[in-house]
Amino acid sequence: MNSLILRVASRYLAAILLVFSIYMLFRGHNEPGGGFIGGLIGATGFILYAVACGTREARATLRVDPQSLAMSGLAASLLSAFASALFRDAPFTGQWLFLGATEGSKGIPVSTVILFDIGVYLVVLGAILMLVFAMEEEI
Amino acid sequence: MAAGHDEAKGNGFVGWLPVLLSAGIFAFFLQFLPQIAAGDTLRVEWAWAPSLGVALSFLVDGLSLTFALLISGIGTFVLLYSNSYLAGHPQYGRFALYLFSFMLSMLGLVLSDNLIGLFVFWELTTLTSYLLIGFDNESPKARRSALQALLLTGAGGLAMLAGLILLGAVGGSFEISQLVPQAEAIKGSGLYVPILILILAGTFTKSAQVPFHFWLPNAMAAPTPVSAFLHSATMVKAGVYLMARLHPVLSGTELWFWTLTIFGAVTAVFTSVLSLRQDDLKQALAYSTLMALGTLTMLLAPSSGYAITAFATFLVVHSLYKAALFLVVGCVDHGTGTRDADLLGGLARFMPFTAFTAALAGLSMAGLPPFIGYIGKELIYANTITAGDAATFVTVMALAANALMFAVAGVVALRPFWGKRGDTPLEPHEAPWPMLAGPMVLALLGLAFGLMPLLAEVNFTTPTVAAILGDAEKAKHLHLWAGVNTELMLSLATFAIGGLLLALYRPVRRFLEAADAATPSFDNGWDNILDALYRAAKWQTGILQSGNLQRYLFTIFATFVVAVGGTLLLKDAVNLGVALDDMNSPRHWPELVLIVAAALVTASSRSRMLAVAALGVQGIAVALIFISFGAPDVAITQLLVETLVVVLVAVAMLSLPFLDERGKNDRRPKDMVLAVLCGVVVSAVLIGVLQGPLDLRLTDFFETTAAPEAFGRNIVNVILVDFRAIDTFGEIAVIVVAALSAYALLRTTDSSRDRDEEEEELS
Repeated sequence: MNSLILRVASRYLAAILLVFSIYMLFRGHNEPGGGFIGGLIGATGFILYAVACGTREARATLRVDPQSLAMSGLAASLLSAFASALFRDAPFTGQWLFLGATEGSKGIPVSTVILFDIGVYLVVLGAILMLVFAMEEEI
Repeated sequence: MAAGHDEAKGNGFVGWLPVLLSAGIFAFFLQFLPQIAAGDTLRVEWAWAPSLGVALSFLVDGLSLTFALLISGIGTFVLLYSNSYLAGHPQYGRFALYLFSFMLSMLGLVLSDNLIGLFVFWELTTLTSYLLIGFDNESPKARRSALQALLLTGAGGLAMLAGLILLGAVGGSFEISQLVPQAEAIKGSGLYVPILILILAGTFTKSAQVPFHFWLPNAMAAPTPVSAFLHSATMVKAGVYLMARLHPVLSGTELWFWTLTIFGAVTAVFTSVLSLRQDDLKQALAYSTLMALGTLTMLLAPSSGYAITAFATFLVVHSLYKAALFLVVGCVDHGTGTRDADLLGGLARFMPFTAFTAALAGLSMAGLPPFIGYIGKELIYANTITAGDAATFVTVMALAANALMFAVAGVVALRPFWGKRGDTPLEPHEAPWPMLAGPMVLALLGLAFGLMPLLAEVNFTTPTVAAILGDAEKAKHLHLWAGVNTELMLSLATFAIGGLLLALYRPVRRFLEAADAATPSFDNGWDNILDALYRAAKWQTGILQSGNLQRYLFTIFATFVVAVGGTLLLKDAVNLGVALDDMNSPRHWPELVLIVAAALVTASSRSRMLAVAALGVQGIAVALIFISFGAPDVAITQLLVETLVVVLVAVAMLSLPFLDERGKNDRRPKDMVLAVLCGVVVSAVLIGVLQGPLDLRLTDFFETTAAPEAFGRNIVNVILVDFRAIDTFGEIAVIVVAALSAYALLRTTDSSRDRDEEEEELS
């Protein structure tokens, strides 16, 4: 699509969508959002960019293959499953660490659950981009 | 076989490691021998799937220990032999791995006390056998034989699995040792006949009883040591083993007795006739193995002490001489370049050790004293003449089979080594010691057990009889001279007929060749069955897979409407009396109007772009409903998915043909009817679901535990990533697989391949 306005706008919109997608990913545990929704939003950002500027440029901006993205997401989720084995728990049992927790404050929670959700995010993002890029290039 | 690789190089570490490992396994089992001979049994158990009653439980008794020692002992020699036979073969590592895996599977099979565990090992032997038969994978013949063995024994194995599950259900346990006390109840149950038929389907295919016998001679496409190990001494005896193992549970009925007697006797005689007809020594041995399997099956039919002692003795006898003879034939092949009985002769001068070994094993096979083979044959006759109603039939059949075996032993073990020197492709030379050690030790054991029958009796036959009949007292004694009795007369008759056949070998064989050519071949019958199967598959694929996407979708949705709608009507479950109070408030009207309008535009539009956009509007309106009912997560997901669907479809549409503008061949009326029906059925189901009481237990559980236990306030997300994480993992795995498959489909079309090539040229 050869529209200067769309091309210029899409750079900013895609960036905003990506930031928003990560925001949705991390707030997911307590507010509406999560890895699935985050991944969908992230994919929308890249698709917008690909429609405006072409898939070749979108692929270059993504830097890694969507396939690798999806596979590494699957690996991250699997890693979170195995991580609980270190604590002699059943697979996928969430392990939590509250950094800098004090009386009355939870501090910054770090968990295998967020690693799992990051995996979901990457899978959704990678799988959709894999398809959309391939279809766009098909034409 | 030996051509094309560097023999001098050897196989190094990979060649010796499995030999040492299997020798270690043999030594391990050997230490149990005194304990088992004294009448003890050992049992160990590890839980595997306790909720299903499946355990890895192993029982060491006379029967399983005899098998374990044969497997690991012969296995050691076979691995030692292969290391020279396939010296320097580029894929020797793979070969040794297959052979060693087979050995472990076979050991698991004979030691398992759990029916399901046994079945798993049983199938593992089928798979490793497939890999070994097809080891020479560049030969179409080897591939065909491997597939034939796999399909036939695999099909039998599946039938057997059904039988074993039924047996476990009727007997209340999958542990064989716990089924034995239930034997009377099992035989009295109405399921006894199906259980027996299904299990025998497995054992008869595995142990190659007529009419399933033809896969075994074809399996000789495998390298010779494999044939010696799998297709004579061990794997094909798995079926016989299972019949022996289940003998206390299933035997004693007329059905058992006559089925095993008839199949065993027919197999023994039919295949020993075919054995005499072969000109390839290896094929002759293959058919004579079938004779042994038939005889063993026949011996398991009754429950008398004679029969089972004869079974135990003949089992050991056959494994010793048959493995030795196969390995000898391999030596001959290796030393002369041929296995053709017509080309070989006078080899004793060139291969003295091979000739000596062949003579020892051959005499045991012929059943001559003082070899253990003689004792085995005497016991077989002792059984047949006491076989009650069947005595005449089985005696005649056993006499015929044994006489033919006598002749085959002469053809395989004597003729190649004595008499006129034949015309062989290679200058005959003796085999190296690793190839001679195994057959010689096995053949000498046949002589040693014959001279000292007590050794075999105490260690092998009596404990085996005790394991099968539950009573060591029932075991008969093994001795070379039992006085002048009927058995001795039958033996003399065997030698006379066998000698006559051997003397008239050439005319007899010509006659058999003519007779064989005139009868229909089982192997061709198998091909016809496979061809019919392929044709049926092609025919139904042509009907179901038309290649027209619209027809696929129509079929899928029509099936849905018929299946779900039909069920609703049949079960009289349609109940539309639901109060739609929630939807009465005017604030939902805009959403409803939007949905209906968008649906109408989609259905009536003549432009694909408009239709897809309208579909998107409809989805967004549904998302609005989700929001107004307080499900923001679902709404966001719906919104994003709708957006992506519109994008994907719009992209895909660019390469679709234009819609049929003039309305010719318009599918729309038909599609519209189907769409309306789908909508009606889904609505009816949903309204029906709303009628039922809402069970809030799960909701309550998640609401109360999400924050304190999983540290999250968004229940939907906590369920996805924590409570039900393994389900989510499965789903994302499916997403990746689906995306990769679709990607592969897109990438294999011609246009993209052309462009890839262009890109390569540019870069």
